[in-house]
Amino acid sequence: MSAYDLLIAPFMDYGFMRRALIACLCLALGAAPIGTFLSMRRMSLMGDALSHAVLPGAAIGYLVAGSLSLTAMGIGGLIAGLSVALLAGVVSRMTVLQEDASFASFYLISLAVGVLIVSLRGSNIDLLHVLFGTILAIDNDALMLIGTITSLTLLALAVLYRPLVIDCFDPGFLRAVGGRGPLIHGLFMLMVVLNLVASFQALGTLMAVGLMMLPAAIAQLWARTLPAMLAISVVTAFVSGYAGLIASYHLELASGPTIIVAAAIIYVVSLVAAPSGLMSRYIRRPHLAN
Amino acid sequence: MNAPAIALENLTVTYNRHPAVHHVSGSLARGSLTAIAGPNGAGKSTLLRAIMGELKPAEGAIRRAVSSRDYGYLPQAADINRRFPVSVIDTVVTGAWKRAGAFGGIGRAERQKASEALVAVGLEGFEARPIGSLSAGQFQRTLFARLLLQDASVIILDEPFTAIDSRTTQDLIDIVLRWHGEGRTVVAVLHDHEQVRAHFPQTLLIARELIGWGPTHEIMTHDNLKRARALAERWDENAPVCAVPA
Repeated sequence: MSAYDLLIAPFMDYGFMRRALIACLCLALGAAPIGTFLSMRRMSLMGDALSHAVLPGAAIGYLVAGSLSLTAMGIGGLIAGLSVALLAGVVSRMTVLQEDASFASFYLISLAVGVLIVSLRGSNIDLLHVLFGTILAIDNDALMLIGTITSLTLLALAVLYRPLVIDCFDPGFLRAVGGRGPLIHGLFMLMVVLNLVASFQALGTLMAVGLMMLPAAIAQLWARTLPAMLAISVVTAFVSGYAGLIASYHLELASGPTIIVAAAIIYVVSLVAAPSGLMSRYIRRPHLAN
Repeated sequence: MNAPAIALENLTVTYNRHPAVHHVSGSLARGSLTAIAGPNGAGKSTLLRAIMGELKPAEGAIRRAVSSRDYGYLPQAADINRRFPVSVIDTVVTGAWKRAGAFGGIGRAERQKASEALVAVGLEGFEARPIGSLSAGQFQRTLFARLLLQDASVIILDEPFTAIDSRTTQDLIDIVLRWHGEGRTVVAVLHDHEQVRAHFPQTLLIARELIGWGPTHEIMTHDNLKRARALAERWDENAPVCAVPA
């Protein structure tokens, strides 16, 4: 088998592989930087909670559309995710509960309702699709939705970059100069939900955060400045997507989990080998004079 | 006479209905240099946050000559995420917010000003260092450089010299005195009575209630400080509703 057969032919021969690859590129460009900001805001697990919160909306979308329509499920997921994010925000502002506690409550309620709806009407196959995604079944409509979300995300990140960065490390300053921190936070959460919806189409609700948080963690191990982190997160997310697709094609594995496993392999290697990883603890280098 | 930069009118600020700042009136003249003194729990930071508009008065009002958004404000340093991967120069240049806003470009001129501010606070050559690698003193110098860039007419400092060595403190006090010389209104919460007496012409001594507000040598007397300590320690969970008329 030549390198061409191994690495390129699958995408030349099959449209579904090409669409899957483009979906991965979109997710890498949009979801990975969002994941980096999430973890910079110490909200890594909130992305996970939100990804589960998307489920009931997707399930209702599925019921209304009567089939596995990714668009209907995407819109349902968007509404459900935003509702949970909003409710959690409101509850944490109005009561003694912290935002992470109210998030945990709402996403559990949301997840339970979602699984109930799916189990009530759908078959087990459908449940598997919703939970684990269908990246190889992404049609042109779904690709348009994912691409639109990615474009919006990149635009929003470019416009909001400065207040978003300041809100991450010095929210008090942003407040003092009247920089509308809560609005920035709200728009950022909107981007998180949008990207989860895009990601959930490809990877399912269980692993939607995979291409968001793993590349973000890898990027933090390698880079020391934010722009470098964002770049590394995009590159590793796309490499994971590509490698995962190739591996799943040749080894006949489920594509979604294979992509996440590819990211996980890069993560483990980074944990050991990166400048701030494990190896640096055990390799003694002479200290500097000044 | 000039209108004051900030006037407090019977200001009361509460947490769960308990007053942290209680019926305080008075004004900060434009260009004045004022220390806010008082024991722990006396409401000093609360007063500053009310002046910044972060806390709403439960009673009374604050009149400001310019919006608090145009103030330079240095809160107690704990609010900043020092592990965030941002460089010293980028931190300082956020001080250009009033001119550049959220979206405006930050050109070479602002970067030049930021570099000059770093020189002024004794951090020449620190531009590219991540803020996580700075010592407490260097970080405080960085925040002062940002205040320099903010070019504000009113500057509010909350315990700016806590956990800072004497040399850094002296450098930063020099900057405060420079602001005073430039006619800016400066207010600082301070714990060191010697610093207050040596450098600050005006003092506001508070222990939830106002003990005294005026020339430092008249306010920082033994009797006043003793009264402040006694007042700040008083706490009654079941206190009745305050009877002082609005």
